[in-house]
Amino acid sequence: MNQIQNFTKGLLKENPILVQVLGTCPTLGVTTSAFNGLGMGLATTFVLTMSNIVISLVRDFIPDKVRIPAFIVIIASFVTVVELVMQGFLPALYEQLGLFIPLIVVNCIVLGRAEAFASKNKPFSSMIDGLGMGFGFALALTVLGSIREFLGSGAVFNVKIIPGDLMLVFILAPGAFIALGYLIAITRKLKDHI
Amino acid sequence: MIGKKESNFINMFTSLLVISFVAGISLGSVYNLTKAPIAAAAAKKMEDALRLVLPDFDSIQPIKLKSAFEPDSLLVFQGFQNGQLTGWAVKTWSKKGFGGEVNLIAGFKPDGSIKNISVLDHKETPGLGDKMQASKSDWYRQFLDKNPADFRLKVKKDGGDVDAITAATISSRAFTEAVDRAWQTIENAKKEGGNE
Repeated sequence: MNQIQNFTKGLLKENPILVQVLGTCPTLGVTTSAFNGLGMGLATTFVLTMSNIVISLVRDFIPDKVRIPAFIVIIASFVTVVELVMQGFLPALYEQLGLFIPLIVVNCIVLGRAEAFASKNKPFSSMIDGLGMGFGFALALTVLGSIREFLGSGAVFNVKIIPGDLMLVFILAPGAFIALGYLIAITRKLKDHI
Repeated sequence: MIGKKESNFINMFTSLLVISFVAGISLGSVYNLTKAPIAAAAAKKMEDALRLVLPDFDSIQPIKLKSAFEPDSLLVFQGFQNGQLTGWAVKTWSKKGFGGEVNLIAGFKPDGSIKNISVLDHKETPGLGDKMQASKSDWYRQFLDKNPADFRLKVKKDGGDVDAITAATISSRAFTEAVDRAWQTIENAKKEGGNE
Protein backbone atom coordinates (compact mmCIF):
# COMPACT_ATOMS: atom_id res chain seq x y z
CA MET A 1 0.00 0.00 0.00
CA ASN A 2 1.50 3.38 -0.91
CA GLN A 3 1.36 6.39 1.40
CA ILE A 4 -1.29 8.22 -0.62
CA GLN A 5 -3.70 5.32 -0.32
CA ASN A 6 -2.65 5.01 3.31
CA PHE A 7 -3.76 8.61 3.84
CA THR A 8 -6.96 8.64 1.80
CA LYS A 9 -8.39 5.40 3.18
CA GLY A 10 -9.30 7.23 6.39
CA LEU A 11 -11.25 9.92 4.54
CA LEU A 12 -13.97 7.76 3.04
CA LYS A 13 -13.19 4.09 2.43
CA GLU A 14 -12.38 3.32 6.06
CA ASN A 15 -13.77 6.50 7.61
CA PRO A 16 -13.68 5.95 11.39
CA ILE A 17 -17.18 7.33 11.98
CA LEU A 18 -19.11 6.61 8.81
CA VAL A 19 -17.70 3.18 7.97
CA GLN A 20 -16.02 1.75 11.07
CA VAL A 21 -18.58 3.44 13.37
CA LEU A 22 -15.97 3.92 16.10
CA GLY A 23 -15.96 6.70 18.68
CA THR A 24 -19.65 7.48 18.44
CA CYS A 25 -19.78 8.87 22.00
CA PRO A 26 -17.79 12.07 21.30
CA THR A 27 -19.36 12.19 17.82
CA LEU A 28 -22.93 12.37 19.08
CA GLY A 29 -21.96 14.59 22.01
CA VAL A 30 -20.01 17.40 20.36
CA THR A 31 -21.63 17.81 16.96
CA THR A 32 -24.27 20.34 18.00
CA SER A 33 -22.52 22.88 15.78
CA ALA A 34 -20.08 22.81 12.88
CA PHE A 35 -17.43 24.69 14.88
CA ASN A 36 -17.53 22.23 17.78
CA GLY A 37 -17.24 19.30 15.37
CA LEU A 38 -14.23 20.81 13.60
CA GLY A 39 -12.46 21.71 16.86
CA MET A 40 -12.96 18.26 18.35
CA GLY A 41 -11.89 16.66 15.07
CA LEU A 42 -8.63 18.62 14.91
CA ALA A 43 -7.81 18.00 18.59
CA THR A 44 -8.36 14.27 18.03
CA THR A 45 -6.25 14.36 14.86
CA PHE A 46 -3.35 15.81 16.83
CA VAL A 47 -3.59 13.19 19.58
CA LEU A 48 -4.07 10.36 17.08
CA THR A 49 -1.08 11.35 14.96
CA MET A 50 1.26 11.90 17.92
CA SER A 51 0.25 8.71 19.72
CA ASN A 52 0.56 6.72 16.48
CA ILE A 53 4.12 7.97 15.97
CA VAL A 54 5.21 7.29 19.55
CA ILE A 55 3.53 3.89 19.75
CA SER A 56 5.10 2.86 16.46
CA LEU A 57 8.54 3.96 17.74
CA VAL A 58 8.29 1.94 20.94
CA ARG A 59 6.35 -1.00 19.49
CA ASP A 60 9.28 -3.42 19.73
CA PHE A 61 10.04 -2.61 23.35
CA ILE A 62 6.58 -3.26 24.71
CA PRO A 63 5.81 -6.86 25.68
CA ASP A 64 2.47 -8.00 24.22
CA LYS A 65 0.78 -8.66 27.54
CA VAL A 66 1.13 -5.06 28.77
CA ARG A 67 0.62 -3.27 25.45
CA ILE A 68 -2.86 -1.91 26.26
CA PRO A 69 -1.87 -0.15 29.53
CA ALA A 70 1.25 1.17 27.80
CA PHE A 71 -0.80 2.58 24.88
CA ILE A 72 -3.33 4.16 27.22
CA VAL A 73 -0.61 5.92 29.24
CA ILE A 74 0.86 7.36 26.03
CA ILE A 75 -2.54 8.46 24.68
CA ALA A 76 -3.66 9.96 28.01
CA SER A 77 -0.41 11.92 28.27
CA PHE A 78 -0.95 13.53 24.87
CA VAL A 79 -4.56 14.35 25.72
CA THR A 80 -3.48 16.04 28.96
CA VAL A 81 -0.85 18.03 27.07
CA VAL A 82 -3.50 19.20 24.58
CA GLU A 83 -5.83 20.16 27.41
CA LEU A 84 -3.21 22.14 29.34
CA VAL A 85 -1.87 23.94 26.27
CA MET A 86 -5.36 24.82 25.05
CA GLN A 87 -6.40 26.06 28.50
CA GLY A 88 -3.35 28.28 28.75
CA PHE A 89 -2.97 29.63 25.24
CA LEU A 90 -6.38 29.27 23.54
CA PRO A 91 -8.87 30.01 26.35
CA ALA A 92 -11.67 30.85 23.88
CA LEU A 93 -11.43 27.45 22.18
CA TYR A 94 -11.03 25.75 25.56
CA GLU A 95 -14.29 27.32 26.72
CA GLN A 96 -16.07 25.69 23.78
CA LEU A 97 -14.37 22.28 23.84
CA GLY A 98 -12.93 21.93 27.34
CA LEU A 99 -15.61 19.50 28.36
CA PHE A 100 -14.88 17.12 25.51
CA ILE A 101 -11.07 17.02 25.52
CA PRO A 102 -10.73 14.37 28.27
CA LEU A 103 -13.13 12.24 26.23
CA ILE A 104 -10.45 11.78 23.56
CA VAL A 105 -8.68 9.31 25.90
CA VAL A 106 -11.59 6.90 25.75
CA ASN A 107 -12.20 7.45 22.05
CA CYS A 108 -11.83 3.96 20.58
CA ILE A 109 -10.43 5.37 17.33
CA VAL A 110 -7.18 6.36 19.02
CA LEU A 111 -6.66 3.02 20.78
CA GLY A 112 -8.06 1.21 17.75
CA ARG A 113 -5.46 2.70 15.39
CA ALA A 114 -2.69 2.07 17.93
CA GLU A 115 -3.71 -1.57 18.13
CA ALA A 116 -4.58 -2.17 14.48
CA PHE A 117 -1.95 -0.07 12.74
CA ALA A 118 0.76 1.69 14.75
CA SER A 119 1.81 -1.40 16.71
CA LYS A 120 2.50 -3.23 13.43
CA ASN A 121 3.88 -0.50 11.13
CA LYS A 122 6.79 1.90 10.78
CA PRO A 123 6.59 5.41 12.34
CA PHE A 124 6.15 7.27 9.04
CA SER A 125 3.29 5.04 7.82
CA SER A 126 1.73 5.32 11.28
CA MET A 127 1.89 9.09 11.16
CA ILE A 128 0.19 9.13 7.73
CA ASP A 129 -2.42 6.69 9.00
CA GLY A 130 -3.04 8.91 12.04
CA LEU A 131 -3.40 12.02 9.87
CA GLY A 132 -5.75 10.30 7.42
CA MET A 133 -7.95 8.79 10.12
CA GLY A 134 -7.89 12.07 12.06
CA PHE A 135 -8.96 14.13 9.04
CA GLY A 136 -11.63 11.57 8.21
CA PHE A 137 -12.92 11.91 11.78
CA ALA A 138 -12.78 15.72 11.61
CA LEU A 139 -14.53 15.69 8.22
CA ALA A 140 -17.36 13.47 9.45
CA LEU A 141 -17.77 15.55 12.62
CA THR A 142 -17.83 18.84 10.70
CA VAL A 143 -20.38 17.56 8.18
CA LEU A 144 -22.56 16.13 10.94
CA GLY A 145 -22.17 19.33 12.98
CA SER A 146 -23.14 21.50 9.98
CA ILE A 147 -26.24 19.39 9.26
CA ARG A 148 -27.39 19.49 12.88
CA GLU A 149 -26.64 23.18 13.31
CA PHE A 150 -28.45 24.04 10.06
CA LEU A 151 -31.53 21.91 10.75
CA GLY A 152 -31.64 22.90 14.41
CA SER A 153 -30.88 26.61 14.45
CA GLY A 154 -30.75 27.64 10.78
CA ALA A 155 -27.04 28.48 10.86
CA VAL A 156 -23.73 26.99 9.78
CA PHE A 157 -20.49 27.97 11.60
CA ASN A 158 -22.59 30.48 13.59
CA VAL A 159 -23.62 32.26 10.36
CA LYS A 160 -27.39 32.59 10.25
CA ILE A 161 -28.89 31.35 6.99
CA ILE A 162 -32.53 31.06 7.97
CA PRO A 163 -33.79 33.35 10.73
CA GLY A 164 -35.25 31.83 13.87
CA ASP A 165 -35.06 28.30 15.23
CA LEU A 166 -35.94 25.35 13.01
CA MET A 167 -36.25 21.76 14.26
CA LEU A 168 -34.77 21.95 17.75
CA VAL A 169 -34.72 18.16 18.01
CA PHE A 170 -31.62 18.08 15.78
CA ILE A 171 -29.59 19.91 18.42
CA LEU A 172 -30.70 17.44 21.10
CA ALA A 173 -29.53 13.85 21.45
CA PRO A 174 -32.26 12.15 19.32
CA GLY A 175 -31.42 14.41 16.37
CA ALA A 176 -27.79 13.29 16.62
CA PHE A 177 -28.80 9.66 16.13
CA ILE A 178 -31.16 10.48 13.26
CA ALA A 179 -28.62 12.65 11.43
CA LEU A 180 -25.78 10.17 11.94
CA GLY A 181 -27.97 7.31 10.70
CA TYR A 182 -28.82 9.10 7.47
CA LEU A 183 -25.21 10.19 7.01
CA ILE A 184 -23.98 6.58 7.32
CA ALA A 185 -26.66 5.40 4.87
CA ILE A 186 -25.64 8.03 2.31
CA THR A 187 -21.95 7.14 2.72
CA ARG A 188 -22.70 3.44 2.15
CA LYS A 189 -24.55 4.33 -1.04
CA LEU A 190 -21.77 6.65 -2.27
CA LYS A 191 -19.02 4.18 -1.42
CA ASP A 192 -20.48 1.59 -3.78
CA HIS A 193 -20.33 4.02 -6.68
CA ILE A 194 -16.71 5.11 -6.21
CA MET B 1 12.80 -7.36 11.99
CA ILE B 2 13.68 -7.38 15.66
CA GLY B 3 11.54 -9.81 17.63
CA LYS B 4 9.02 -8.55 20.15
CA LYS B 5 10.12 -8.55 23.74
CA GLU B 6 9.01 -11.61 25.61
CA SER B 7 6.19 -11.05 28.12
CA ASN B 8 8.12 -12.03 31.21
CA PHE B 9 7.92 -10.25 34.54
CA ILE B 10 11.12 -8.20 34.20
CA ASN B 11 10.28 -7.01 30.66
CA MET B 12 6.71 -6.03 31.52
CA PHE B 13 7.84 -4.30 34.70
CA THR B 14 10.65 -2.28 33.14
CA SER B 15 8.73 -1.26 30.00
CA LEU B 16 5.74 0.05 31.99
CA LEU B 17 8.09 1.72 34.48
CA VAL B 18 9.98 3.53 31.72
CA ILE B 19 6.80 4.60 29.90
CA SER B 20 5.14 5.90 33.07
CA PHE B 21 8.34 7.65 34.12
CA VAL B 22 8.73 9.45 30.78
CA ALA B 23 5.02 10.33 30.70
CA GLY B 24 5.22 11.66 34.26
CA ILE B 25 8.26 13.84 33.56
CA SER B 26 6.81 15.30 30.36
CA LEU B 27 3.40 16.00 31.93
CA GLY B 28 5.10 17.66 34.90
CA SER B 29 7.09 19.97 32.67
CA VAL B 30 4.10 20.85 30.47
CA TYR B 31 2.11 21.60 33.62
CA ASN B 32 4.86 23.94 34.85
CA LEU B 33 5.07 25.64 31.46
CA THR B 34 1.33 26.24 31.19
CA LYS B 35 0.65 27.04 34.86
CA ALA B 36 1.25 30.78 34.53
CA PRO B 37 -0.72 31.25 31.26
CA ILE B 38 -3.66 29.26 32.65
CA ALA B 39 -3.76 31.36 35.83
CA ALA B 40 -3.46 34.52 33.73
CA ALA B 41 -6.32 33.44 31.45
CA ALA B 42 -8.56 32.71 34.46
CA ALA B 43 -7.68 36.03 36.11
CA LYS B 44 -8.32 37.93 32.89
CA LYS B 45 -11.70 36.26 32.48
CA MET B 46 -12.64 37.26 36.04
CA GLU B 47 -11.44 40.83 35.53
CA ASP B 48 -13.29 41.17 32.21
CA ALA B 49 -16.44 39.90 33.91
CA LEU B 50 -16.05 42.41 36.76
CA ARG B 51 -15.49 45.31 34.35
CA LEU B 52 -18.62 44.29 32.51
CA VAL B 53 -20.99 43.88 35.45
CA LEU B 54 -19.82 46.59 37.85
CA PRO B 55 -20.50 50.29 37.39
CA ASP B 56 -17.33 52.42 37.00
CA PHE B 57 -14.79 51.69 39.72
CA ASP B 58 -11.17 52.40 40.53
CA SER B 59 -10.71 49.82 43.28
CA ILE B 60 -12.26 46.52 44.24
CA GLN B 61 -12.67 44.97 47.64
CA PRO B 62 -13.63 41.31 47.83
CA ILE B 63 -15.78 40.29 50.81
CA LYS B 64 -17.74 37.20 51.83
CA LEU B 65 -21.45 37.55 52.50
CA LYS B 66 -23.79 35.00 54.03
CA SER B 67 -25.93 33.53 51.26
CA ALA B 68 -29.64 34.27 51.53
CA PHE B 69 -30.61 30.73 50.45
CA GLU B 70 -28.37 28.35 52.36
CA PRO B 71 -25.85 28.31 55.21
CA ASP B 72 -22.91 29.16 53.00
CA SER B 73 -21.22 32.32 51.82
CA LEU B 74 -20.92 34.02 48.46
CA LEU B 75 -17.93 35.91 47.15
CA VAL B 76 -18.87 39.56 46.58
CA PHE B 77 -16.72 42.24 44.99
CA GLN B 78 -17.45 45.79 46.10
CA GLY B 79 -16.53 48.43 43.57
CA PHE B 80 -15.37 51.84 44.82
CA GLN B 81 -14.70 55.08 43.02
CA ASN B 82 -13.00 57.86 45.01
CA GLY B 83 -13.96 55.98 48.17
CA GLN B 84 -17.64 55.94 47.19
CA LEU B 85 -19.39 52.55 46.82
CA THR B 86 -20.52 52.17 43.21
CA GLY B 87 -21.89 48.64 43.22
CA TRP B 88 -21.59 44.97 44.01
CA ALA B 89 -20.60 42.05 41.83
CA VAL B 90 -21.72 38.71 43.25
CA LYS B 91 -20.22 35.41 42.17
CA THR B 92 -23.34 33.29 42.30
CA TRP B 93 -24.49 29.87 41.17
CA SER B 94 -27.40 27.50 40.69
CA LYS B 95 -27.40 23.74 40.74
CA LYS B 96 -30.74 23.58 38.95
CA GLY B 97 -29.35 23.76 35.42
CA PHE B 98 -30.21 21.16 32.79
CA GLY B 99 -26.57 20.04 32.64
CA GLY B 100 -25.59 20.73 36.26
CA GLU B 101 -24.14 23.82 37.82
CA VAL B 102 -24.43 27.30 36.34
CA ASN B 103 -21.93 29.91 37.58
CA LEU B 104 -22.32 33.58 36.89
CA ILE B 105 -21.39 37.03 38.10
CA ALA B 106 -24.24 39.43 38.68
CA GLY B 107 -23.55 43.14 39.14
CA PHE B 108 -25.85 45.47 41.07
CA LYS B 109 -26.01 49.23 41.39
CA PRO B 110 -26.23 50.81 44.86
CA ASP B 111 -30.04 51.06 44.55
CA GLY B 112 -30.25 47.28 44.05
CA SER B 113 -31.04 47.26 40.33
CA ILE B 114 -29.16 44.92 38.01
CA LYS B 115 -26.23 46.45 36.12
CA ASN B 116 -25.16 43.45 34.05
CA ILE B 117 -24.76 39.68 34.25
CA SER B 118 -21.92 37.57 32.92
CA VAL B 119 -22.01 33.77 32.70
CA LEU B 120 -18.72 32.27 33.92
CA ASP B 121 -19.40 28.65 33.08
CA HIS B 122 -22.26 26.26 32.49
CA LYS B 123 -22.98 22.87 30.97
CA GLU B 124 -26.32 23.65 29.31
CA THR B 125 -27.31 22.21 25.93
CA PRO B 126 -25.45 23.95 23.09
CA GLY B 127 -27.96 25.68 20.84
CA LEU B 128 -30.67 25.81 23.52
CA GLY B 129 -29.69 26.57 27.12
CA ASP B 130 -26.44 28.21 26.12
CA LYS B 131 -28.44 31.19 24.84
CA MET B 132 -27.98 32.51 28.39
CA GLN B 133 -24.44 33.48 27.33
CA ALA B 134 -24.13 37.05 26.15
CA SER B 135 -22.14 35.83 23.13
CA LYS B 136 -24.99 33.55 21.99
CA SER B 137 -28.10 35.70 22.30
CA ASP B 138 -29.58 38.89 23.74
CA TRP B 139 -31.82 36.98 26.12
CA TYR B 140 -29.99 38.25 29.24
CA ARG B 141 -30.75 41.86 28.24
CA GLN B 142 -34.24 41.63 29.75
CA PHE B 143 -32.56 41.68 33.19
CA LEU B 144 -30.56 44.86 32.64
CA ASP B 145 -31.51 47.91 34.71
CA LYS B 146 -34.40 46.01 36.31
CA ASN B 147 -34.79 46.25 40.05
CA PRO B 148 -35.74 42.81 41.43
CA ALA B 149 -37.82 44.63 44.08
CA ASP B 150 -40.48 45.08 41.39
CA PHE B 151 -39.19 42.65 38.71
CA ARG B 152 -40.02 39.23 40.10
CA LEU B 153 -37.03 36.92 39.54
CA LYS B 154 -38.93 33.85 38.40
CA VAL B 155 -39.77 32.60 34.93
CA LYS B 156 -43.29 33.38 33.74
CA LYS B 157 -44.30 29.72 34.08
CA ASP B 158 -43.55 29.97 37.81
CA GLY B 159 -45.41 33.25 38.20
CA GLY B 160 -42.52 35.67 37.71
CA ASP B 161 -41.60 38.32 35.16
CA VAL B 162 -38.78 36.56 33.30
CA ASP B 163 -39.34 35.38 29.73
CA ALA B 164 -37.79 31.92 29.51
CA ILE B 165 -35.55 30.90 26.57
CA THR B 166 -37.61 28.96 24.02
CA ALA B 167 -37.35 25.22 24.78
CA ALA B 168 -34.94 25.89 27.66
CA THR B 169 -37.14 26.70 30.65
CA ILE B 170 -34.92 24.73 33.02
CA SER B 171 -31.78 26.64 32.02
CA SER B 172 -33.66 29.95 32.31
CA ARG B 173 -34.90 28.93 35.75
CA ALA B 174 -31.33 28.16 36.90
CA PHE B 175 -30.03 31.48 35.58
CA THR B 176 -32.87 33.35 37.26
CA GLU B 177 -32.39 31.51 40.54
CA ALA B 178 -28.69 32.37 40.58
CA VAL B 179 -29.47 36.06 40.05
CA ASP B 180 -32.12 35.90 42.76
CA ARG B 181 -29.62 34.32 45.17
CA ALA B 182 -27.19 37.16 44.50
CA TRP B 183 -29.81 39.89 44.87
CA GLN B 184 -31.31 38.59 48.11
CA THR B 185 -27.83 38.13 49.58
CA ILE B 186 -27.01 41.77 48.85
CA GLU B 187 -30.37 42.98 50.22
CA ASN B 188 -29.89 40.96 53.43
CA ALA B 189 -26.42 42.38 53.90
CA LYS B 190 -27.75 45.91 53.37
CA LYS B 191 -30.43 45.41 56.04
CA GLU B 192 -27.97 43.93 58.54
CA GLY B 193 -25.51 46.72 57.82
CA GLY B 194 -28.26 49.25 58.61
CA ASN B 195 -29.01 47.69 61.97
CA GLU B 196 -25.47 47.79 63.22
